[in-house]
Amino acid sequence: MVSLKINGQIVNVPEETTILEAARMLEIEIPTFCHDPRLKPHGTCRICVVEVEKARSLQTACSTPVFEGMNVWTESDLVVEARKEIINLLLSNHPLDCLTCDKSGNCTLQYLCQKYNITGSTYVGERSTYEIDVSNPFYSVDLNKCILCRKCVLVCSELQCTDAIGLVERGFASHVTPPFEKNIEESTCVSCGNCVAVCPTGALVPKRKEKFSYGELKTVQTTCPYCGVGCQMELMVKGNKVVEIKPAFKVPNDGLLCVKGRFGYNFINHPDRLKNPLIKKNGVFEEATWDEAYQLIAEKIIETKEKFGSDALAGLSSARCTNEENYLMQKLFRAVVGTNNIDHCARLCHASTVAGLANTLGSGAMTNSIAEALLADVIFVTGSNTTETHPVIGAKIRQAIRKNGAKLIVAEPRRIDLANDADVFLQIKPGSNVALMNGLIKVILDEGLYDEEFVNSRTEDFNKLKEVIADFSVEQAAQICDVSVEDIKKAARIYAGGKRGAIYYAMGITQHSSGTEHVMSISNLALLCGNIGKEGAGVNPLRGQNNVQGACDVGALPNVYPGYQRVNDPVNQEKFEKAWGVKLSDNVGLTLSDILDQAVGIKLLYIMGENPMISDPDINHVQKTLENLDFLVVQDIFLTETAQFADVVLPAVSFAEKDGTFTNTERRVQLVRKAIEPKDNAKPDWVIIMEIMNRLGYLANYQHPQEIMEEIAQLTPQYGGINYYRISEEGLQWPCPNTEHPGTKYLHQKHFTRGKGLFMPISYREPAETPNAEYPLILTTGRILYQYHTRTMTGKEEGLNQKAPESYIEISPKTADALSINDGEMIRVASRRGNIITKAKVVDIVNDNVVFMPFHYAEGAANILTNKALDEHCKIPELKVCAVKIEKV
Amino acid sequence: MSCNCQCSTEKENDPRFQELDEIIEKYKNQAGSLIPVLHKAQGVFGHLPEEVQSYIAKGLKLPLSEVYGVVSFYSLFTTVPRGKYVFNVCLGTACYVQGSRKIMDNLKKELGLGIGETTADGLFTLEGCRCVGACGLAPVLTVNEKVHGRLKEDDVPRLISLYKLKEEQGSK
Repeated sequence: MVSLKINGQIVNVPEETTILEAARMLEIEIPTFCHDPRLKPHGTCRICVVEVEKARSLQTACSTPVFEGMNVWTESDLVVEARKEIINLLLSNHPLDCLTCDKSGNCTLQYLCQKYNITGSTYVGERSTYEIDVSNPFYSVDLNKCILCRKCVLVCSELQCTDAIGLVERGFASHVTPPFEKNIEESTCVSCGNCVAVCPTGALVPKRKEKFSYGELKTVQTTCPYCGVGCQMELMVKGNKVVEIKPAFKVPNDGLLCVKGRFGYNFINHPDRLKNPLIKKNGVFEEATWDEAYQLIAEKIIETKEKFGSDALAGLSSARCTNEENYLMQKLFRAVVGTNNIDHCARLCHASTVAGLANTLGSGAMTNSIAEALLADVIFVTGSNTTETHPVIGAKIRQAIRKNGAKLIVAEPRRIDLANDADVFLQIKPGSNVALMNGLIKVILDEGLYDEEFVNSRTEDFNKLKEVIADFSVEQAAQICDVSVEDIKKAARIYAGGKRGAIYYAMGITQHSSGTEHVMSISNLALLCGNIGKEGAGVNPLRGQNNVQGACDVGALPNVYPGYQRVNDPVNQEKFEKAWGVKLSDNVGLTLSDILDQAVGIKLLYIMGENPMISDPDINHVQKTLENLDFLVVQDIFLTETAQFADVVLPAVSFAEKDGTFTNTERRVQLVRKAIEPKDNAKPDWVIIMEIMNRLGYLANYQHPQEIMEEIAQLTPQYGGINYYRISEEGLQWPCPNTEHPGTKYLHQKHFTRGKGLFMPISYREPAETPNAEYPLILTTGRILYQYHTRTMTGKEEGLNQKAPESYIEISPKTADALSINDGEMIRVASRRGNIITKAKVVDIVNDNVVFMPFHYAEGAANILTNKALDEHCKIPELKVCAVKIEKV
Repeated sequence: MSCNCQCSTEKENDPRFQELDEIIEKYKNQAGSLIPVLHKAQGVFGHLPEEVQSYIAKGLKLPLSEVYGVVSFYSLFTTVPRGKYVFNVCLGTACYVQGSRKIMDNLKKELGLGIGETTADGLFTLEGCRCVGACGLAPVLTVNEKVHGRLKEDDVPRLISLYKLKEEQGSK
């Protein structure tokens, strides 16, 4: 520890602390422009100068470390004079249009002028005359207001790792620009707005949809409603409207957001939001009162139950809703309707992870934390286009490479952006991951690179793995995956050579008819190299939606109660019967895949916040099922493609209008805070479900979601120690069994949840559908940066639609040439299940026999084509591989 | 080709890009290799257009924004083609007090160029610089590698004719 005095106050701080950090501990303000605690101090702006006794000159507080006995003055005459001079110089080339500047009230330069009573510059000289760049749909760039602090450039290159902008020229001509003076829209900018968030002046400002001044806004911290990263952000509210969103400098995103979280909030206040319940009469929706809607739903539920039994009813819960709402939804079906027919879209994303990892490790969740990416020395990304689907985790992976020199292996069917950062990129055939994993394992076994001690002490069935691998060769793996033997060997050596190897995967692994086997083969590889139960390593399935982890945790699954407690175990059944005061069914319920299969014959379906008419495979089949239902209830914030088929539509509220919790991909339970009042007559999902429970004669009386969480904590061992008070500052990671427990950063530390890690001998199987003469191409699908799932939310944001307006298919130049298809041409794509018209995008990032489509769009919907062949273990459909043909129209 | 990516077959057949490949290959695993590579690339291409900068960025695995930042920072690098003879007038203190301003003005007039510009025939480029380290010969200008010192205002037409003559003789 070092002891020093700042403005006469004594402070003790660790060595290496800077003067600025020490001053902040004493809550002494030292102004900064260029400082950002996430960056190395670079001392560009000089505004933080302070007087240090006996020093020859003023020192920059941000970059000067403290020493024992140091005596610092932060506002001495000399300091103030220097700061005034710096501001005087800055103002000599800065427009004084604070009266109309969007940044007014939130501008560091303006604040310091107020603080030091500066009204203008005493210097007259040349002034910049840059044109304002408004090319980006979300923010504008006015270089005339730039003070060259370089923070935007450093955030872009060191934190976001996009390198869209740089500092160019020198002297007076120095300025920030994309290469070759192009505008932002023509650059590699991904519109994350992380530069905008740190700009200390009005040079980078978000485009506004309406006028406001920062002084009139209320700020509410909440959790992002898009992907599973669970970024913390601040909603800026004017009246009852969210008018801007800023990143919060909190775990897990550390001040970063992506374009969707940062700018995709227009849906909250969108005029198309559902305002009242709708009841379909003679094929037309008519507005109704809540009372009428509830009455009808209650009648139908009772009627169907009496006529066909409880198991003729089913519910689809929602990975978009809170834990509390998902808990209530499964409780409604289990305790009130009397069936375990409750599932949600996790069936389509990580059902195979939950099944696979539960089998081999004992717990089907991301083993390690997001921040631990920065501790890994090898990162292996497969089946995930991380920089687009989980952008902030993508940025952290790149930080690990740039800051720490971590090695990167990427195995993907497309040359995704991360492939350019990879030490080895394996452009594998879709659906061939098991062969790749076995190939890697083969090399590691043959060359003796595995972690023998770990294998001996912490795993079982190693011999079974060896047996199945003995019959397999690296050459076979290379042939199946369509990659070179050398690259597999290189990747194996890198992965096995790391001390902390972290695997990140997503739908490219899970969405296969052999998805569970895919997951278990990844687990095999990690166990073999001792990469589980270790900080900075792990098997990390990236959950796709804001609360898909939580929806699983609180039991929105047909086979388990909250906390993954099996419904067909009498002990569990008794526990929940006692808690809920009713008799419960011991039949394992139907999965989403079954529920949406016409043949299964569900009569009444209640869908909360899901849109299977876009998201599920073989949409034509889904449509037939929905049309054949006796009664369909859809609860959503918009009249989605699915809601069109409903008999009753219930208007719910967005994340901004309710309290609750989401659990992110790293098992962190985080608060969602109400920022505005519900729109019109819409109600929070938890209120709607509670009121329906009461209509059906089951007494439910929760005043606030907090009370629901108390009930969850009592019944869910992993959530035992979680309550709103404990997570008010920072979320807690489950397992968190009691209120003294600090949460669990990484799983399986001393022993696996199941005891020992289990090796599963797995052989490669072909996908259910392989190309033939008629359907010669493999179609794989995925998400893109600028849209989210079925576009219910992102489709309401003009800027996002401008960036990614329509459905398309990526085709290799050679394949396009062979069919005389030009880039941008509308073409027909057909599979055995249907055909669509979409736009050809000729790119060299896919192989000649592979085509790729984003699945977000209703027009030219990829899921008309996809195959619903199911994984036998967990019923996940094979969304990632089907055979198609393409032709000119 | 129907594709809109940057894979151009033209580059494969351009001997200059082959030479650039060799330069990149030689330097790619060394830290701080950007400036020497740019310098050598300018030697090969005469200047550093966008496609050459992009090619170098990709080859050295550096962000294009960094490459462009460096190119734009150093006056040595140019992104536009330069004349065969670059007149670089020293405007440093010693040369300036000895009248380099007049030399510059005269060159502007005689060549019909502003600073940084090149004649339509591609023969002459006019530049100003800070100091060439030959203050004893002030005022000086350099033409490519050659230094001309102790200049007077009316030396300018003679100097231009000298290089025009050289060019004519060279082309015979």
